[in-house]
Amino acid sequence: MDLTWYLVLSALLFATGAAGVLIRRSPLVILLCLELMLNAGNLALLAFARANGDEDGQIFALVVMVVAACEVVVGLGLIVAMYRRRLPLNVDEMRSLRG
Amino acid sequence: MRGVEEVAFFAGAIGALGGAIAVIALRNPFYSVLALVVHLVSLAGLFLILHAEFLAAAQVVVYAGAIVVLYVFVAAYVGGIEEPLWEPIPGQRFIGPLLAAALFVELSIAVLGTALAGLDTEGPTIPLDFGSPAAIGELFLERFLIAFEAASILLLIAAVGAVVLAGKRAAPGGAGGGPAGDPHEAAGDRGETQSQLGRVAPDGAPTGAPPEAA
Repeated sequence: MDLTWYLVLSALLFATGAAGVLIRRSPLVILLCLELMLNAGNLALLAFARANGDEDGQIFALVVMVVAACEVVVGLGLIVAMYRRRLPLNVDEMRSLRG
Repeated sequence: MRGVEEVAFFAGAIGALGGAIAVIALRNPFYSVLALVVHLVSLAGLFLILHAEFLAAAQVVVYAGAIVVLYVFVAAYVGGIEEPLWEPIPGQRFIGPLLAAALFVELSIAVLGTALAGLDTEGPTIPLDFGSPAAIGELFLERFLIAFEAASILLLIAAVGAVVLAGKRAAPGGAGGGPAGDPHEAAGDRGETQSQLGRVAPDGAPTGAPPEAA
């Protein structure tokens, strides 16, 4: 398979995740969509690692995976904290910090 | 051989794309999480075709194993979230996908227009252990040791942060029973201290160190 296929698939997955962030309002699903975008980035990184015959891109993808895990842990902690404080689980209503 | 690889690629691509679309289209967050599993496992198959064997295993273990379980727990804890139908921006439900399609077109033009060498090939010939756990581990512990250590510190901070965010709100001044406070508690007036402090953890251990032990 040409590596262009992987990159186009990665762009498609990234756009899908971006669409999810734009149209969904629940913070849980928005976190899921962030996962989709991070995974699309990982796919592109691995495709480039294959194109260069170099494993450095795989290390980069592994670090992205670690960062995604941290983001999920903190984000889910935030959602649980919001739920316990009886705050609305809707990103459009949580806007007291908006300028 | 080549035909097999193409079939595997398209099967993985269809699985990944279908899972991604199901994540954003299903209204129940629980089903969205399950669709994410389909997406992640298909993506792990694509990683295997790209000779990233360790990454594929880590994808299944870390994502489909650990992270999705976390999502399932939180989705079950929070329950079904009612998504309101009102839109802060008029027509957001239609403009959003439109903008995403524009983003895809732009990214595709960027990728196809770069004329990078090697994009239209299958990549160079690679050694047999490309992407194997041994190769990745050697790189991680030698060339990228600082990234490895930074990742471990980041994970530690995230774990502490999640406990601080989601845990019970700490009482003012109560920093938790330290090792210095425990022998005192075990030896002396346990019940009196508990009644003085008035804060008792579910397992009976006082959550706040007494003033004289702190």
